[in-house]
Amino acid sequence: MKSIEEIKSAIEAAIPGAGVELIPNPSPSGQHSLRLAPADAVEVARFLRDDAELAFDFLSNVTGVDWPGKEITEKVKVTRTVTRIVDGVEQQVEETVEEPRKRVEPGCLEVVYHLFSMAKKHGPIVLRMRTVNRTDQVELPSVTPIWRSAEFQEREIFDLYGVVFTGHPDLRRLLMWKGFKDHPMRRDYVDPDDFEYEPTAHDSVLARAAAHKAAIGGVAQKGTGAGE
Amino acid sequence: MLGEGILKGMAETARNFAGSFVSKERLTTVEYPEERIPTFENARVFPFLVYDTNDWEAGLRCVACQICEKECPPKCIYIDKSKDKKPDYAGKQQFYPTRFDIDISVCMSCQICVEVCPFEAIKMDTEFELATGDRFGGLLLDRKQLAKSNEYYHRIHPTEAAEVDVRLAEEKAKANAKAKAAADAAAAKAAAAKPAPHVEGAGD
Amino acid sequence: MTTPAATSAFLREKMEEGWNRPPIMEPDGEAELLEVAMGPHHPSTHGVFRMDLALDGERVIRLKPVFGYLHRNHEKIAEGVSYLASMPYTDRLDYICSLTNNWAYALAVEKLTGQEVPERAEYIRVILGELTRIQNHASSIGFLLQEMGASGTPLMYAFKEREKILDLFESLTGSRMMCNYMRFGGCRVDVSAAWLDAARKVVAGLPGFIDEFENLLSGNEILMARCQGVGILRPELAVNAGVTGPMLRGSGVNYDIRKIDHYGIYDRFRFRVPLGDHGDVYDRYMVRILEMRESIAILNQALKEIPGGSIMDPKAKIRGFRPKPGEAYGRIEAPKGELGFYLISDGGPNPYRYRVRPPSLINLTVLEDMCLGSNVADVVLIFGSVDIVLGEVDR
Repeated sequence: MKSIEEIKSAIEAAIPGAGVELIPNPSPSGQHSLRLAPADAVEVARFLRDDAELAFDFLSNVTGVDWPGKEITEKVKVTRTVTRIVDGVEQQVEETVEEPRKRVEPGCLEVVYHLFSMAKKHGPIVLRMRTVNRTDQVELPSVTPIWRSAEFQEREIFDLYGVVFTGHPDLRRLLMWKGFKDHPMRRDYVDPDDFEYEPTAHDSVLARAAAHKAAIGGVAQKGTGAGE
Repeated sequence: MLGEGILKGMAETARNFAGSFVSKERLTTVEYPEERIPTFENARVFPFLVYDTNDWEAGLRCVACQICEKECPPKCIYIDKSKDKKPDYAGKQQFYPTRFDIDISVCMSCQICVEVCPFEAIKMDTEFELATGDRFGGLLLDRKQLAKSNEYYHRIHPTEAAEVDVRLAEEKAKANAKAKAAADAAAAKAAAAKPAPHVEGAGD
Repeated sequence: MTTPAATSAFLREKMEEGWNRPPIMEPDGEAELLEVAMGPHHPSTHGVFRMDLALDGERVIRLKPVFGYLHRNHEKIAEGVSYLASMPYTDRLDYICSLTNNWAYALAVEKLTGQEVPERAEYIRVILGELTRIQNHASSIGFLLQEMGASGTPLMYAFKEREKILDLFESLTGSRMMCNYMRFGGCRVDVSAAWLDAARKVVAGLPGFIDEFENLLSGNEILMARCQGVGILRPELAVNAGVTGPMLRGSGVNYDIRKIDHYGIYDRFRFRVPLGDHGDVYDRYMVRILEMRESIAILNQALKEIPGGSIMDPKAKIRGFRPKPGEAYGRIEAPKGELGFYLISDGGPNPYRYRVRPPSLINLTVLEDMCLGSNVADVVLIFGSVDIVLGEVDR
């Protein structure tokens, strides 16, 4: 099999201007990946499948990964003009100070594809794509028209992560039910307070039951029975 | 010939049917409560706590390090660590659990607690007849219910228990040797620092 | 489409064109479209699984599988506990084959950390993996026949043999089904000489069992009439839809991960990969029977050659296991297909991302394609021939 760099240059030769970026993997597994620009992804995918030498005809695994936004504190050198009395005269002086600045690195949702070739019996090659953010721009192109095996897996990612796959023929929730809101695999997901607590002897469960009771306005639900 | 395969299959079932009257091996049904199949030595059901000596409370090997509580996949172990220390069976000052509960309605018998325990204090039981009328209280076992003697452990897992005893004895010997070496070194140091005038009577 | 003949002509034509998505079938003009929810509680669904069928008379026009009744978000649970604590949870994915699930997960973590597995542990893994394959295939064939209407007998024959294998599992691992046996860098307890002798005895009895099973079933005219030409899966569609395992090989695609990746020590054993020719239910049945025979060949070699030595990587850590940042995808040929685990580590004690690639779920992608135009009774059969476990489908 070609090395990942060779595959990258093959993609770039076949599709000029395709956004392909090599992401090294520091783990001993050595499974480095290629990050595709969503705009060219379908074309690249088709090339990988149909190229006679690469022939990645088998899309094994499709996964979502959630990368929430991170707040990063860093020291930034700032040059500013201050008024200061120098030798008894008020002057405009430029000085450089370091000041801490907080910046929020925007999060994103990532989708990872593991491709193998059944015809050439090689693989894997790892492809990844990222959404712009985690809230409103979560569209990524679907590869289901190219590999049917993505059908249920993309539905699962839509369900559990909230990535919207454009071009998917049947994009519905897969595991959660129809009216369900939110996406449980996101890292900031909070369990809804809709459990029926059963009387158990555990303090933590009893504490949760008490919190639940307080949240619903002190009305004891049947079966919420802390100490009933 | 059409039907040959069916006849062949019927012959097979007939052979097995007749065979079940003569072959001892095929009579596998056991009348359960009266008659029991012996359990395997490695079988595991729920964990229990091992104690040495005859006193379950003083002899508990558990030192409330809470590693099992942290590692337990379904989080069914609840431990309260003591404030004070007391001597364990080997005479060493250790913390002890004031509460050690296992909720066996949550426990999935995975044996991770046994593997991570550095003190050989928690082991797997083979007792499976645990039905109870009290769904919640009855399935929450406290440390008294969990404590079983080392003899019991030897009875249910003889090979494993023997290995554990050897390992503990080795550790104890090593600890004793180390303590002795440390004591000797301290004594030698003390002796070197100020030579005692009359050593013979020192131990009296 | 007015008659069954017209339906099959339509489907044959479509099949020759080759479809990537199932064709939309229209009901007969006068016929009433009957919508049936088959499941979630249906004896043939092996658990809680629903198929929404649209029927024209007895013919299936449309089939939509509905998942999630057994969903517990296994992946989320795994992200909240340590690497080791996920091992017992993998037992519960495909609860028929817990040892191969353990193996796949251990393999993925070993790829992530670069741990080496001692030779003896590799042999033990192969022995347990192949025993698992035999008992899975035996019981899946038993269930297939059960769904065909052969109530009990073949299933009990299969279970009789499965019981012996489960006794081996219990005497080694302590549990019949939830084995929790493999560890990162080896196995948990060593096999004794007595256990190996017991295993040799069980394996020596297996060819006789498969002969008996085949006498009972393979030539049976009713089985052939029900299975042959039913639920045909074209190889091109199977590859494109990511179908793996006996289903893929039943369609004639030579792809066995034991032969491709040579994970573990599979390059040392001589075995053949059985392939089907027509891709129908009968071929899948036959591939499973033949795979059991090949597994016995592997077992005989492994039980003969198993070396002495340690069973754990000496550098392996039970407590405080933290892989370096990175990611890895490890996969094995589980009895049901390609079982893969994808892990991302951020250097912490818990995996940052833990993903299971479930063969059962992805093999169901083509369920509608296989069932179109067939009778409801055949849907049950085709579904049975996919061989799924809902614990793995819904995770």
